[in-house]
Amino acid sequence: MSRPTRIEVNCETGVETIIELTDAEIAQREADAAAWAAKQAEEDVAKAVAEEAKASAQAKLAALGLTADEIAALSK
Amino acid sequence: MPNTFTLIASSTAGAGGTAAFNFTSIPSTFTDLCIITSLRSERTTGGTDNLRLEINSSSGNFSYIYLEGTGSAATSGSDTTNIVGYLTQDGGTVGWTANTFTSTSIYIPNYAGSNNKSISVDTVTENSAVLAYSYLFASLWSQTAAITSLTLKTGSGSDLTQYSTAYLYGIVKS
Repeated sequence: MSRPTRIEVNCETGVETIIELTDAEIAQREADAAAWAAKQAEEDVAKAVAEEAKASAQAKLAALGLTADEIAALSK
Repeated sequence: MPNTFTLIASSTAGAGGTAAFNFTSIPSTFTDLCIITSLRSERTTGGTDNLRLEINSSSGNFSYIYLEGTGSAATSGSDTTNIVGYLTQDGGTVGWTANTFTSTSIYIPNYAGSNNKSISVDTVTENSAVLAYSYLFASLWSQTAAITSLTLKTGSGSDLTQYSTAYLYGIVKS
């Protein structure tokens, strides 16, 4: 499998060069990707918890006798 | 108001895509910089890739606030990463329309000065569906060094697809 490459453009000379990533650059790229994936997973969990709490709150309000329109009005 | 855009450099990813666009040896002769891009990620997992900006090879000391529109909802938030947008991608859970790209404008005033660098970003994905992301970022790179190089890459580590393009403009105050 070929190594990933990047495009480097020297703005003084206008010369464009396609350069293979170094081992360090590949390692950094993988570390960045793993960090972002972990952050995304945390955000997904937080979003699911918030949505679950919202649904629970809406159910409790409905049990108290509020209509759907009244519940929706609370969040506007 | 600066109004004299001069193309400093541009590049288009060839077959196989590219891991990054690096603009190096940026001259200090302009007042502001503007990067205009049309990008798509080769990522095939998850929903939407993100675009990262590195300044002088640094991915640290960034912060931002943002406004997001999805086509059906709007939200806002903040973070301390070097994200400057979100990217359509080749596969994954969203199902971005084939061959659609994300258009992004990144404006950096006073890039050669000795103050921290503010960054304004306006970006929108393209998609033949209700879901499409539009973002405004107000970002800050809390470093005082003059900007001499800029790098654009994905946050996922995937390559940018073939035909992804990046244009770097210099603007001189009039």
